[in-house]
Formats: sequence, C-alpha cells, structure tokens
Amino acid sequence: MSASFAQLGNDLYTGRRSVAVVAHRRRFYLGSLALFLVAVLGLATQGLNLGLEFRGGSEFRVATSSAPQDYEQTAREAVGAAEDQRGVNVTLVGTDTVRVQTERLSDTDSQSVRSALADAFEVPEEDVSATFIGPSWGASVSAQALRALVIFLVAVVLMLSIYFRNWKMAAAALFALAHDLAITVGIYALVGFEVSPATMIGFLTVLGYSLYDTVVVFDKVRENTNQAFANGRLTYAQAANLAVNQTMVRSINTTVIGLLPISAVLVVGSVFLGPGVLLDLSLVLFVGILVGAYSSIFIATPFLVTLRRKDAAVVELEKKALRHQAKVAKDAEHAAPVSGDAPVPAGALPSTPATREEGSTLTGRAVHEYARSGPRNQPKRTPRSKR
Amino acid sequence: MASAPRTVARRSLVALGVLALALGALLAGSVLWSDGQTTPKLGLDLEGGTQIILEPKTTGGQSVSAEQIEQARDIIVQRVDAGGVSGAEVTTQGDRNIVVSIPEIPSQAVRNAIKQSSQMQFRPVLAVTSGVPEPTETPSSSSSPTASGSASSSPTATASPAPSSSSTNNSALNEALTEDSPSPSTTASSSPSPSSSGDSDTPSDPTDLAWVTDKVQQAYQDLDCSDQKALDDLVDDPDKPLVTCSSDGSAKYILGPVAVSGDKISDATAGYQTNQQGTVTSTVEIALTFNSEGADEYADISRTMVGLEEPRNELATVLDSRVIVAPRFDSAIPNGRASITGGFTLESAKALADQLKFGALPLSFEEQSSVDISPTLGSEQLRYGFLAGLVGLLLVVVYSLGQYRMLGFVTISSILVAGLLTYLTITVLGWAQNYRLDMAGVTGLIVAIGFTADSFIVYFERVRDELREGRSLASAVETGWNRAKRTVLIADGVNLLAALVLYLLASSSVRGFAFTLGLTTVIDVLVVFWFTHPLLTLLTRVPFFRDGHRLSGLDPSRLGAKSMRYAGRGRFTPTPALRETEGSRA
Repeated sequence: MSASFAQLGNDLYTGRRSVAVVAHRRRFYLGSLALFLVAVLGLATQGLNLGLEFRGGSEFRVATSSAPQDYEQTAREAVGAAEDQRGVNVTLVGTDTVRVQTERLSDTDSQSVRSALADAFEVPEEDVSATFIGPSWGASVSAQALRALVIFLVAVVLMLSIYFRNWKMAAAALFALAHDLAITVGIYALVGFEVSPATMIGFLTVLGYSLYDTVVVFDKVRENTNQAFANGRLTYAQAANLAVNQTMVRSINTTVIGLLPISAVLVVGSVFLGPGVLLDLSLVLFVGILVGAYSSIFIATPFLVTLRRKDAAVVELEKKALRHQAKVAKDAEHAAPVSGDAPVPAGALPSTPATREEGSTLTGRAVHEYARSGPRNQPKRTPRSKR
Repeated sequence: MASAPRTVARRSLVALGVLALALGALLAGSVLWSDGQTTPKLGLDLEGGTQIILEPKTTGGQSVSAEQIEQARDIIVQRVDAGGVSGAEVTTQGDRNIVVSIPEIPSQAVRNAIKQSSQMQFRPVLAVTSGVPEPTETPSSSSSPTASGSASSSPTATASPAPSSSSTNNSALNEALTEDSPSPSTTASSSPSPSSSGDSDTPSDPTDLAWVTDKVQQAYQDLDCSDQKALDDLVDDPDKPLVTCSSDGSAKYILGPVAVSGDKISDATAGYQTNQQGTVTSTVEIALTFNSEGADEYADISRTMVGLEEPRNELATVLDSRVIVAPRFDSAIPNGRASITGGFTLESAKALADQLKFGALPLSFEEQSSVDISPTLGSEQLRYGFLAGLVGLLLVVVYSLGQYRMLGFVTISSILVAGLLTYLTITVLGWAQNYRLDMAGVTGLIVAIGFTADSFIVYFERVRDELREGRSLASAVETGWNRAKRTVLIADGVNLLAALVLYLLASSSVRGFAFTLGLTTVIDVLVVFWFTHPLLTLLTRVPFFRDGHRLSGLDPSRLGAKSMRYAGRGRFTPTPALRETEGSRA
C-alpha cells in the first residue's frame, strides 16, 4: 500500500498524475457553499448545544466503583431528598461516573446535595465533585476568546503579508480559516455536540492548525509561481495547481499523523472519561483538522488564484505561458510521428500530463531520439556497493 | 568542504545534548538541594481540590481597574491565609478575575469567608488587650491602664489633622503630639465592666462604654487571637459592637458600632510628613482624606473622642472585621483630612495606605465558578490522559514506519527527544515558576505530537522531492533542508503566535493549553534544527541510507528518481527502458 502511496507521491510531484484542483475550483466552491448553507441552517434551526459553563448551574460527579443499574433513580432520589427537583439531569459518564446537573444551587444546598449523593451511592464524600458555574462565566470566557481571536487574526494577516510579501495570500488564508470555522461550528450545531469552554479552545486551535496547513501549501505555491514568473512556462493557475499536488502527500501524511493521537484521545475520552476538557477538545480538533486539511487543499489555493487572476503580472504571465505552451505544442506536432499521438492541447499541459507520451518532456516538448537516454551516452558503472 | 555540514551537524547534536544535560542537572539539583520533584506539578483538576473564580465588583456594579484587582487579590490572600488553608494559591486572571486554587476541598465557612464582600469601617475602641485570653481574674472596674507588658503593636499610631488644614490655632499642640507619638506601650488596658461606666442601659453614641454588655465581655475574654479559626463565625453588624483581633493577631479589641464607614474615604497616600514650614520631615505619615459627608462624621467622632482617656480615644480602622490600625486622636479633625503617624516605615505606610484605599472601594466578590475535583477523579483523568497519549504515540510510530520505513525511526527518536525536553522543561518550571500541568495542558501535549511530527514530514517530503529530481542523498538532504526550514519556521511561527495570543488574552483554563502548545512549538523548532537535521546529515554517510536501501525510506527508484530523468527546471523525462521495468513491477 505504501509503495503505491509513494508512487502516487512521485506522480503528483512530477505532474504525471494530477488533481485539477484549480481548474475545477468552482466545483469545490459550490461544495463548500452547500456545506456552509447546511451549517447556517443547522445553526439557525438547532442552535448550539451550550454546556453548563454557558448556561450556569451546578454539576456533581460521583465516581462509583461501578454504577448501579438504577443510577438515575438513585441520583434523583438523593437530589430530591436534599432539594426540590429543579431541572435535574442525570447522565452516566463512561462506565462508572454518574453526572448530575441541576439548576444553580446555593452553597449550602450544594453541600447537602453532595453528601446526599455520597450516601446514596455509598462512596466517600471526596469522590463526589461539585462544580458551580455562575451564569456570566461562559459569556466572559467567550468574550475573551473572541477578543483573542480578533487580535490573533490581525497579527496573522500582518505576519503572512510580510512573509509572503503579498496581502492576497494572507487574505486567501483567512478565507480558508473563516470557511473552517463556519463549517466546524455548523457541524457542532447539527450533531448537537455540547459546547464548553474547552470547545472554544479547540476552535482557536483549529484556526491555528488550518492556518499552519495553508501556510505550508502556500510556501510551495510561492516557490512554484516565483519560478513560473521567472521562466514563463506555466500560468499562475498551473503553477499553483502543481504546488497543491506536490504538497498533497505531505498534507495527507500530516493530517493522518495529526489525527492519530487526537482520535486516541477521542476514543479513550468517550469510552472511559465522558464529557470533559479532554473529550471536548479532541472532538473539536478532530472535526476541525479534517475540515482544515480539506480547505487548505481545495479552497485556499483556488481562492488565491481567483483573487489574483486579474493582477497585471498574473495576466501577463498567462499570456506568456500560453504562448510558450502553444509553441511547445507546435514543436510536438512537428515531431508527432515519434509519439504518434494527437497534438497536446495547449493550456492543458502539465495539468493533464497523463496524455503525455514518452519522448516528450513534462511540458510536452518533444525530445530527440538520441537525447532520450541522457545528455550523452556515458559508460555506465554500477555503484561500489552493488558490484 | 564536504565535511562542513557534518561538522556542523555534530556540533548541533552536542549542543542539544548539553542543553538536555543542563536541564537534567538543574532538575536533579532542584530535587537534591531544593524542594523540587522529579514529576511535573499537577494542576487542581488532576490533583484534586477546589478552584473558585471570583470577579470583584464595586457596589455600584461596575468592573474594577487592574490596580484594584491587585488590591482585591491581596484582600483574598489575607482571607485565605486567615482561613488556615495551606498551599492555596491566589492569582489574578486577565484583568477581571481572581482565581483561588485550594488543594483540598474547603469547609463552607472558609468559602464564605473568602467571597464575602470587603468592607472597611471606623469603629471607636472600647477596650484593647493582648491577643491571647486573659487570665481568669475579673478585670478591675477602673479604666486606668494596667501595666501588662503585652506589646500590642497596632494601636501606637496617632491621628491628627493634616498640616494642610486651615486650623492653625492648635498647630503647636498638633506638632507636639504628632512629632513623635509617645506610643504608650501600655495601651493594653483592662476592659471596663459595664456596670461601672454605663450610666444608661441604652448606649447613646458609638464611644459609649454601655455597649460592653456581659455577653460582649465574655466573648472578649474567651477570644484567642492566636487561634486562626477564632474569628471564623464572627458576625459583623455595623450597628453593634464588635469583638475582634488585630490583623496580625497580636491584640484583641472591643469596638463600638461603626462611626464612619470606609466608603467615605476619598484617598489615602503614604509619604513623609510636611511640617508647618512646608519642609519635609523624616516622619512617615499616611494622609487620609474623606469626602464631605465622611469629613463631618469624622469631625464629630474626633471631637467626642479626643477628650476621652486611653484607649478610648483610639479609632480603629477595621477591614474584613479585623483591625488594621487604631490611631489615637490628638486633636479634633474638623476638615476630613487626617494624618496618621507613628512608627511606620515608608513601606509599611504604603501597604497600610493601600489597605485604607479599599475603604473607598467596597468590593463585593461575585462567584463566577467553583469547581471541586475529587482526587480520585483527578488521578483518573490523568491516567486516561496518559493512556491516550501513549496510544496516540504508538499509532504515530506505526504510521511513520509504514510511510518512511527506517527513516521513520528518525521521526520517532526526534519525537522522543522533544518529549524528553518537554518533560524536563515542565518539571523544572514547576519547581522554578510553580507551573502546574492541568488537563488542558495534557491535551495540548497530546495535540503537539501531531504538530511536531509534521515538521519532520515537511522536511522528509522535501528531501524526497530533491531525490526525485535526481540528486544524491547528501545533496538532497542539504537542499531539501534549506527549503524545508523556511516552511517549518513560518508554520511554527504561526503556531507560536496563536499560543502567545491565547496565553495572554484567554482565561486560565485556556492558558494551560496555550502554554504547552507554545512550549512544544519552541521545542519542535529546537529539535528539528539541532537533532533531526543533524541526524539525517550524519545518516547520509551510512551506506544503508546513502545507497537507498529498499527499506531506508529514501530509495530513489521507489521514489521514481531512476525512472525519471531530470531535464532542467521542473521538467522530467521518463527513460523508456526504465519505464518498462517499472510497468512490470507495478
């Protein structure tokens, strides 16, 4: 499998195989737009399932050695004995932790509920943890996170504009970022995952990750397009497309390696621990990294091409590159008997190299028969180790 | 020339070794000669305990300034210390919250004491004595000082009108009295029995000794200020007398009802006193200013009290029900500008002035959240967190070996080195900076495995790209590195930026995450530059890798290099003969 994966890597690198990401960008835009609409719809109809931290309330967790079958009844009775049944919500977390959420309780009430629960489940009182969240806590956390986000984005735009010396790259990266955020939030709303402050951390990290991924791809885009600007053989769109393809293997490897530990946390968290910082964080990271990997390949670079297609330099390059490619195609036509293939259509060159035959270069230029085995026929010598 | 990269590589490896050894030595030293420990300090959510997040608010309901937050923090620290809780930490969070972390689950009384609203009051002193309970003998009814040798420290200060006051007629007296307060070391006096002094059963003003009823007297006698829990169930009613201790526990008081409430202070500053001629003297004073309402009340009470005998001419300043200072009136203070002098250093005066300023700002503390984590739950979280981390690491190992063959071991050893450095740093920081690893931090570490591995992937993919272009391994590693390091730097830079912004701006639960994320990003850069790249450079000399063994992960034919002939910038020419063999292999 990995051999064919490495082969795929080679082909993507040389352009023998290629995914026409940039050419088909409208498709991806439409796909993302559809996803986005679904996300907005989910958000509008269902809203986010805000956790206790945002609503305010009290939560108790009882760590039993093994939760009894009738844990819900037991818990309700225990809470009811100490309290009126005020919006009590009992869930089993993992295999042996009972979670009881109630409305906001006063300190004394909270204390008595705690001991009642400890009695009911026959555990020492230390094994019952009590959490109280004031109603404004979540709002203040979100306000802080939002402020952090805005400052982060401004800083990132500055940093990337300076690094790439081109604000459009920063703009495209931000667009991919907004895309990721919208879709991740939408998925959260649709599936109804609980949003906790840890989820907010997760969202922020996802933004960092998405940006990181995009930056790696853009670095290659910059390298390829700079080369194209220098030699005028590829249009901006072709060079960018080649970059996406060349970094695709890396993108896949990175995403898989990034997701592996997170899925381990996700599985361990959901099976043994239940809702908590660990699970909330890993869940949002899992969703976000997937979306982020998608956007850095299929959205960011195409959007960059869309943004820059009217730039004077890019238009100029396109003319030059198409002229060059037409000339190459013409040369190939003259030398056609060698390949015996239909003339390669101009403009579709490196992006469809599957049609390229042996005896031609990557760009389709025909190579003379004598030159095919190398610059010059040198006596071959096997390496020392193979002798 | 050819050996230059390898020399550099060796140097880098040595440098990293030295860094790791230094960290290790620091850790060992902290364990041997200090109170360091070999494992990272754990946060409350892992260790068990209580975290209470309070937001101070003024009584008007508006938020408070950063400076006021610091003052509020000091108040809370005093309360927590007074509650007899050990190992508690009080920190400010951002510019609005105060986080109280207690490594145990505190009693309700301690909780209440921590979050009660802070209030300052001025109450006349009715009786004062040393902080421990008196001998059983009943106090004599005379109000003359008994010469008990108890050195009560607080009531040695005097209050007098500030020199800037317009009342010049009694300035001579003023000066004489405030110049050097003849601190009566015998301020400890017997408490008058109510029958002797009270001429009526309903006390008329706050200084009236009729407030000292039998019950009050009994409470006063029983009070032991050396016992930290003594005042836990104190009820502080402004209209009733108060039996309490000084804030350092050295003296105990019976105080009359509140004469002036603290929110009528408009300012309190500490500095050297200026005398009538306008020259600065060496006496440290606290200049206290009241607003107009406070000035009137203060004038009234000072007029009443200045004529009374020691210690009843002392007006105690009470913060959180404890006496912080009880200066004696030398004269009436008509204009609301008082000067407190006597035995202060500039520093202690500043601290006191800060405390007095609280009076201008009665804070209430709104509980934002309170989380109790039982130690059982905490350790369970940690255990599963570790389990998840190990499983994640194992998966990464398997995947990199599958993808990169022997080169995968370079990835794995790099991750291990990064892990070791992270562990050492966190543990040393736990000792030096009291850094505590919490659940969010552990999650950050696990997530970081992915980020760290990615730097290696970017690097290896670049090297492979160069191999595909037909370079030899040694030159592919050098060229690949030159291109990859830019990518690694900018990508890690973005990450670090995210971590920094999060750390500086977000709340404490986010901070742990941001910190580990930032730390591992820095360590990642360090490891890539000082370990992974040098290691790979050295490995290019090893025949197994140099000749592109099938399992090395750098096999040029597998990478398609031999089947492609590099024909100039970015162009490749497949060689017919080789393409056939390739076809047969596929």
